[in-house]
Amino acid sequence: MNIKNTLTTKLCTAAVLTAFAVAAPAFADEDAELVINGEIEIVTKTTAPAHLEGHLTEIMSGWRFRSDDTQAMEMDDFDNPGMLGAEEGLAQFDTVMGSEGKACADCHDGVESLASVRPTYPKWNDAKEAVYTIQMQINDCLTERMGAEAEKYDSKKMLNFEAVLASVARGTPMNVAIDGPAQSTWEQGKEMYYTRFGQLDLSCANCHEQNYGNMIRADHLSQGQTNGFPVYRIKDNKLTGAHSRFKGCIRDTRAETFAPGSPEFVALELYVASRGNGLSVEGPSVRN
Amino acid sequence: MKRIATCFVVLGLTASAAMAEVAPGSIQFEEGAVAQSLTGTSGNPAEGRTIMTTKSVGNCVSCHAATDYADVPFAGEVGPLLDGAGSRWDEAQLRGLVVNPKMTFEGTVMPAFYKVDGFNRPGDAFTGKAAPADLPPLLSAQQVEDVVAYLMTLKDE
Repeated sequence: MNIKNTLTTKLCTAAVLTAFAVAAPAFADEDAELVINGEIEIVTKTTAPAHLEGHLTEIMSGWRFRSDDTQAMEMDDFDNPGMLGAEEGLAQFDTVMGSEGKACADCHDGVESLASVRPTYPKWNDAKEAVYTIQMQINDCLTERMGAEAEKYDSKKMLNFEAVLASVARGTPMNVAIDGPAQSTWEQGKEMYYTRFGQLDLSCANCHEQNYGNMIRADHLSQGQTNGFPVYRIKDNKLTGAHSRFKGCIRDTRAETFAPGSPEFVALELYVASRGNGLSVEGPSVRN
Repeated sequence: MKRIATCFVVLGLTASAAMAEVAPGSIQFEEGAVAQSLTGTSGNPAEGRTIMTTKSVGNCVSCHAATDYADVPFAGEVGPLLDGAGSRWDEAQLRGLVVNPKMTFEGTVMPAFYKVDGFNRPGDAFTGKAAPADLPPLLSAQQVEDVVAYLMTLKDE
């Protein structure tokens, strides 16, 4: 009996050790599939959109390039710290702001009614005759409809709004328009994507198109997709917007970078978003 | 009289040292290679290894691995493995590759380590702000020589 018990213990230990060995390799499992809360199926790998012909055949969410631990944090809303931002965003949505005495909820019938926003922005705004990001649109609502102050680009409050808008769109495919009136802005963003910047003389494409999947020191290079924004970055302990990430990337080429909200980053956001057309909206995602 | 003579000697030394260092704008490339030493002083391979494997200096390890510095964690995979570099290339070719690899491989991802102009929106290191007028190269002339001396030691088995 003692022997049997010992053997069982040993077998259990071996099983546990094996489980750990399988569950925690050093680097990402690029073949893992993402299902959030056991019900929202997320497309993290699919055929590249037609406009990427000659550049990429397959597109992959940054989720695929992260470690198993980081991947797991996004699989359950209780483990995803970015969802706290979405919750705050929902509270903001119901809060009266500005001189008109209005909350977002006074015009919009629940945040779920805005589920088509995250997958389709940046988007051409007819009245303003410009490509608009979600944050530009929110600021128009704040200043023109609610009589409130504009929010700073990528502020905590803005990212909370983005987080809740993303969360209600999770699982729907990214689908930004690149033709029609948005086309010239898209072209501008494309040119920027392939332009080398800074003393290190690097373009977005050098790392995220030519070298995704490779390690640059301890960092596993992704395709730089934006379907997961806003992103909860573990190393920053907070939500990050796409423009702030662009700013950091260009800074890291030893360049004079651009500002969040700048026309350059609006164009780049549209172009990079279009490279992810077909991937599911995933934000607020978790990355390291 | 004696003092004046000493002054001349000191000036002479300074002048010859300054002339020996080739400025980034005066590099002579021949099919990507740079035959002339940038300093006239032999490179120190041990120093070159440190430069290549230190993030705040050359940071070559970020993109290149080499068996010789396998003790340094997380060598990158973006550039080729450097094992045997000193057999594949001669000293002039290696110097050219470190100074400006685009003169050898047009379109390479690798930055030029001894170049100060011709950049798009150059910045002041990693601050995100505009570069100063006198932007220094990524490595000094002697650091380039040290790196070349180290790469020359990476021979095929």
